[in-house]
Amino acid sequence: MMKRWFLLLACSVLFNSAYAEEWAFSGHVAATLRGFAEQPLHSEQNHLQSTFTVAPEWSRSGGDDLEWIATLKPRFDIDWYGNASRVRPDMRELLLILVGSDWELRMGINKVFWGVTESQHLVDIINQTDLAARPDGEEKLGQPMVNLSLVRDWGTLDLFLLPYFRERVFAQQRDRNRLALPIVDALTEYESNAEQWHQDLAIRWVHSFDTDMVGWDISASHFSGTDRDPVFHPTLHDGALVLAPYYHQIDQTSVTLQATWDAWLWKLETISRQGEPGGRYTAATFGFEYTVVGVLESDADLGVLTEYLFDDRGGSGSIPFANDVMMGARLAMNDVDSTELLAGIVVDLDTQSSSVLLETSRRFGDSLKVALEGRAQIGVESDEPLYAFRRDAYLELKLEKYF
Amino acid sequence: MIRFAPLLCAVTLLFAPQMGFAQTDQEKGLQIAQEADKRDTGFGDMVAKMTMTLRNRRGEESVRHMKLKILEVDGDGDKSMSIFNKPRDIKGTAMLTFSHAVKPDEQWMYLPALKRVKRISSRNKSGPFMGSEFAFEDLSSQEVEKYTYRWLRDETLNDLPCFVLQRMPAYEHSGYTRQEMWLDKSEYRPQQIHYFDRKGSLLKTQIFQEYHQYLDQYWRSHKILMENQQTGKSTTLIWSDIKFRTGLVDNDFNRNSLKRAR
Repeated sequence: MMKRWFLLLACSVLFNSAYAEEWAFSGHVAATLRGFAEQPLHSEQNHLQSTFTVAPEWSRSGGDDLEWIATLKPRFDIDWYGNASRVRPDMRELLLILVGSDWELRMGINKVFWGVTESQHLVDIINQTDLAARPDGEEKLGQPMVNLSLVRDWGTLDLFLLPYFRERVFAQQRDRNRLALPIVDALTEYESNAEQWHQDLAIRWVHSFDTDMVGWDISASHFSGTDRDPVFHPTLHDGALVLAPYYHQIDQTSVTLQATWDAWLWKLETISRQGEPGGRYTAATFGFEYTVVGVLESDADLGVLTEYLFDDRGGSGSIPFANDVMMGARLAMNDVDSTELLAGIVVDLDTQSSSVLLETSRRFGDSLKVALEGRAQIGVESDEPLYAFRRDAYLELKLEKYF
Repeated sequence: MIRFAPLLCAVTLLFAPQMGFAQTDQEKGLQIAQEADKRDTGFGDMVAKMTMTLRNRRGEESVRHMKLKILEVDGDGDKSMSIFNKPRDIKGTAMLTFSHAVKPDEQWMYLPALKRVKRISSRNKSGPFMGSEFAFEDLSSQEVEKYTYRWLRDETLNDLPCFVLQRMPAYEHSGYTRQEMWLDKSEYRPQQIHYFDRKGSLLKTQIFQEYHQYLDQYWRSHKILMENQQTGKSTTLIWSDIKFRTGLVDNDFNRNSLKRAR
């Protein structure tokens, strides 16, 4: 771990000094403080979690006949625990893009986003999740890939070869928002003998068009390879019960649809996955986002969101969003400081337990951003998957400096 | 019929001057707008850099930098891409717009931190662009069909003989009831626009300065001042590095190009 971290840092420094002039430099640093109100379930867990993030970016482009773009985005997260620290280095992007007239070839480490809904992103399967950075799964790791993109009248076709698999990054024993039993990365197992070197494949078609008053964005994709979501096998390790991540081989087909009509966005994401124990299953998210422009005679926009979250494995109990409704409101002040507020609640219709979320941010001056975020589980019963996080409600303050 | 042709000619001649006078103020207004549009047709494509300086009543300033690419589309509104560079926290954010004369514009936003391309509603015409005094509708592609027109009067503005035109948004959800626009008679360039809010009061004044001509035809104002008469806030928009006919094509305005826009 340390060796990899040092290598990344050395590369970055070398890069910046040797090629400073040809490469455009930008990026950000951030300080995050996450405070927990309730007593932790486990004595080793903290009341306060702090993280310092360094995320530089370099980019360069050129080419006369064939345009090319190169980007480099390492990221270092340093968690402080008072008496100890954890460094989480990652190469989020190390990419060369070749641009043809109606095609693009992207080679290296990259991130892709396929979703349209807001409450969860079912269809996103290319990148692994970094749960240590964010418990909600919104933070992703860089994925090695060769991606050929073909632009045609009938849409854009993306072909992916994913030569190397990244294991999920979990919260550690000291962290909050973790499962009761420790997850031991060293015990990770794979269905495929090739393990992390299983060659995963994906294909995606995406098309945008408009009819009279409605804009349509539609996509269909298929993924065949190593499941990004591990299954946990309870195992005895050094005399203690721990969880060993196991990654199955899966096939996932997905569809997304967005219809944009006046101030309405209607959205659908659905997947069908085969390969996990329990057989093929289907999950979907659908709903709408409606925006009131210039609410109460002001410059502000108020967006109202409602989405239904469905999973046909609902009965098995291990699924957090099997029959849930998300309701939310997004306020954009449209002021000089880009003040924004997002509030949401996801209610489980079977158990009435809920997760609430509050996010707000604004800019100070030209390059400083302050964000406040809160998250809590309310009324979670002992047979629900989110029960392990029942005392982990938090308020997070983040300062970001961009350069 | 041939026999009557000379008579017909005479009759036409007799009434012709009257017919000229019979042109209504609406017709004259539309004619001026069409001429201005005609003079700006055929530019092909354009790239430019834009700096916006936002000033509040206390004189505090905030700066936005962006790059703009525009492709002229025959028989429809332009395709455009705006790429933001400052403030730094939104660097790399880009917006792709297919504007249309009558039906709603199509608009996609690229959020670089998430790598997400999101189609957004183009319903928001009246909202402020990047917190500035420019509304989205002030900066969108100005198609003739987007307004109904009326010639008000001729007037000299800064020693330039001008047409003063009233235009009323024909599209839904505009923040204005009407606009008054000064176009100089020699080149049909906008010199000044007064915007009137939904209550009919003067809301903003826009002044176009430092016109440069490109390709011996197309005039572009390099400095545009927008002043809010009700709040005292203002925005100065400076255009620079304007280049025409850079060889942009349709494929420079799609999902893929949006994601790699710089």
